[in-house]
Amino acid sequence: MISDLFTVTVFVGILASGIRLSTPYLFAAIGEAFGQKSGVLNLGVEGQMLLGAFAAFYVALTTGNLWLGLLTAMLVGALMGLAMAYVTVNLQAEQGISGIGFYLFGLGMSDLLFQKLMGTVETVKGFPKIHIPGLSDIPYIGEIFFSQNILVYFAYLLVPIAWFVLNKTTLGLKIRAVGENPDAADSLGVSVARVRYFTIILGGTLSGIAGASLSIALLNVFQQNMTSGLGFIAVALVYFGAWRPIGILGGALLFSFINSLQLWMQVLSIPVPSDIAVMMPYVVTILVLVATVSKVRAPSALSKPFERGD
Amino acid sequence: MAESTSTHKKSAGYKIRVEPRLDVPPAWYPLLVSLGALVFALFLGGILISFAGGDPIRSYQHIARASFGDIGVLSDTIVKATPILLVALACSVAFRMKLWNIGAEGQFIMGAFGASAIVLAPVLSAETPRWLMLLVMALAGMAMGAIWGFIPGYLKAKLNVNEIISSLMLNYIAVAWVNFWIFGVWSEGGFQMSPKFPNSAWLPRLSEYAKEYPVFRGLTTHAGLLIGIVAAVILWLIVYRSRWGYEIRLIGDNAQAAKYAGINITSNIIYVMMLSGALAGLGGMSEVSGVVHRLQTAPIAAGYGFTGIIVAWLAKLNPLVIIVVSVLFGALILAGREIQPSGIPKMIQGIILVSLIASDFLLRYRVRIVRADAEE
Repeated sequence: MISDLFTVTVFVGILASGIRLSTPYLFAAIGEAFGQKSGVLNLGVEGQMLLGAFAAFYVALTTGNLWLGLLTAMLVGALMGLAMAYVTVNLQAEQGISGIGFYLFGLGMSDLLFQKLMGTVETVKGFPKIHIPGLSDIPYIGEIFFSQNILVYFAYLLVPIAWFVLNKTTLGLKIRAVGENPDAADSLGVSVARVRYFTIILGGTLSGIAGASLSIALLNVFQQNMTSGLGFIAVALVYFGAWRPIGILGGALLFSFINSLQLWMQVLSIPVPSDIAVMMPYVVTILVLVATVSKVRAPSALSKPFERGD
Repeated sequence: MAESTSTHKKSAGYKIRVEPRLDVPPAWYPLLVSLGALVFALFLGGILISFAGGDPIRSYQHIARASFGDIGVLSDTIVKATPILLVALACSVAFRMKLWNIGAEGQFIMGAFGASAIVLAPVLSAETPRWLMLLVMALAGMAMGAIWGFIPGYLKAKLNVNEIISSLMLNYIAVAWVNFWIFGVWSEGGFQMSPKFPNSAWLPRLSEYAKEYPVFRGLTTHAGLLIGIVAAVILWLIVYRSRWGYEIRLIGDNAQAAKYAGINITSNIIYVMMLSGALAGLGGMSEVSGVVHRLQTAPIAAGYGFTGIIVAWLAKLNPLVIIVVSVLFGALILAGREIQPSGIPKMIQGIILVSLIASDFLLRYRVRIVRADAEE
C-alpha cells in the first residue's frame, strides 16, 4: 500500500540502500571522470566492470579472501585500461566505437569465464557491514550512513580525494591541461601519452572496483551481464555531474535513490507502473544534459586523439 | 607515443618507424588491413578461449557448421543477418557523418514497437489485406525509429548535446517503454509479451512457397532480407550518387570545409539521424513481423544495435559490403545459440571491433622498418 511508503522504517531502508547502491556508480564514474578530464572517452566501463565483478567473485569464492578478490578485480580493470590506452593513445582509434568493442569483449569474456570456471550461480559472503562506533548509534542517521560495508566508505572517501587530486595537485593540473589543450601541454613538456595512459588505467582500476563492489559487497553473486547498464550510466553520470566529483556524487545518489525507491515499491507491491519509474533516471539524464550544456563545457580535447605536430 | 615520427623498437641496427601516410593507398589495401584485423582478432580470441579451458579450433569449426552446414541452418543464418543488415545500414550513414549514433538499438526497439502498435492498438484490423498491413507496419516502424533518431539529432544539432550519451540513454528508455506496453496494456495472460499477430501481419517466409518449390520446406528466411537488400542499394545510391550523399560525405570528411561550401550542417545532422533511426526502425519492424510475430522484449532487445556498429565498421561504411558482412555476423550470432560456453561470440565480436578500429591506424600511417643509421 502506498501509505506503507511513509513509515519511518521503510524510509530509512530506502535511504540506506540508496547510499549502498551508489557505490558502483561512484567508483566507475569517478574513474571515467579522470579519463574524460584528460580527453579520453572510455565507453568500455561496463565491460571492465563485468570482468572486475567476475574476477573478484571467483577469487573470493576459491580463496575465501575478499581482499584478494578486490585486488584481482583492480588488476583486471587496470589490464583492460592498459589495452584501451594502447588502442586510443598509440593507435588513435575512434573512442566512441572502440569502447563499445571493449564493452562487448568484457561482456562475452566474463560470461565465458563464468561458464568455464563456475557454471552455476553461487554466492559468497561479501564484505560485512561495519558499524562505526558511536556514529552508528545515532537513530536513523546511523543506519543510513554509518552501518555500511567498507567499499561504501571508500567510495565516499574517493569523492573528496578525486576533487583534491584534480583541482589542487600538479598531477590534476597536467590532467586538465592535457584534456583542454594537449598541444600547449605538450609544448610545456607534459607527456600527453603518459598522462592519458595514467588516467585510462586508473579509470580501469576503479571500474574493476566498481564491479567488485557489486559481486562481493552488494549482491554477493556473479551472473552474466549482472551490471545491466550500470557502466554506461556511470559514463552518463560524468556528463550529468559536469565533470566535477561533487556533481557525480549528486547524480549517483539520484540514480541509486530512484532504484532503491523502485525496489521498495516492488517489495511493498505498490501499483505504480515500475517501467515508467525505470525510465526516469535516463530521462532526467538527458534533461540535465540539455539544461547544463550551455553552462558547463566538456574538456575541449575530449575524444580527440592527440597527434604531435612537428 | 603518438608522434608522427617515432622510434618504437631498436634491434640489430634496424628500427621501426611510423610516419604519416601521404599517398592514397591502393584500393585493395584497406580490405587487406580489415582482413588482417579479422584474422588477428580470431587468433587472439582463440588464445583467450584456450586460456579459459576451451578448444578454439573446435569452437570455430562449430560456428562454421552451425551456421553454413546445410540449407536449413544457412536459412537461419540469413534470418539472423537480416536485422543486423538494417541496423548496420543505420549506423553506417550516421558514422559517415561522424555522428556516433550508439542508439540504433533503441531505434530498432522503437521500430518494433511502432510496427506492433498497428496490429495491437489496433490501427488496422486483422482482416486488412496483407500488403497494406505490412506497408503500414513498415511505415510506422520507420516513423518511430526516425523519432528516436530525431531526439539525439535535434539535441546535437541545436544544443550541442553529446549524441553518444543521449542516444545511449534512449536505448534504455526504449526498453522500458516497450516493457510498459507489454506488461501493462498488451500483455497476453499476464505474460511479458503481446498476443501473437494475425497472419496478415507476418512477412512472407520461404516455407510458404514449399508447395511450388519443395526445396523451401521449413525455411524461415523471410521478406525482411529483401527489404534489407533494397534498403542497402537505395542507401548506396543516396550516399555515393546523390547530392545529399555528397554533402554527408563532405561533412564527415571535413566539417569546416563543408561549412565554407555553404552546406547546412545543423539540418543535415537532424536528417541523417532521422534516416539512421528510420533504417533501424525498419529493422525492428522486420524482426517482429518476420520472426517474433509478437511484441516481446527479450528477442528484440538482443544487442543487434551493437553488432550493427561492428558490421558497419568492418564494411568500411559501404552499404553493399554491409550485406555480405551481415551474413558473417548472422552466422556468429546463430552459432552463439548453441556454442558453449555462450560468451564466446560476444567476446569475439568485441575483439573484432577493437582490432578493426585499431587497424585504421595502418590506413593513416605507414610502418616501415629502416636501418637505424638511415636516419642521420
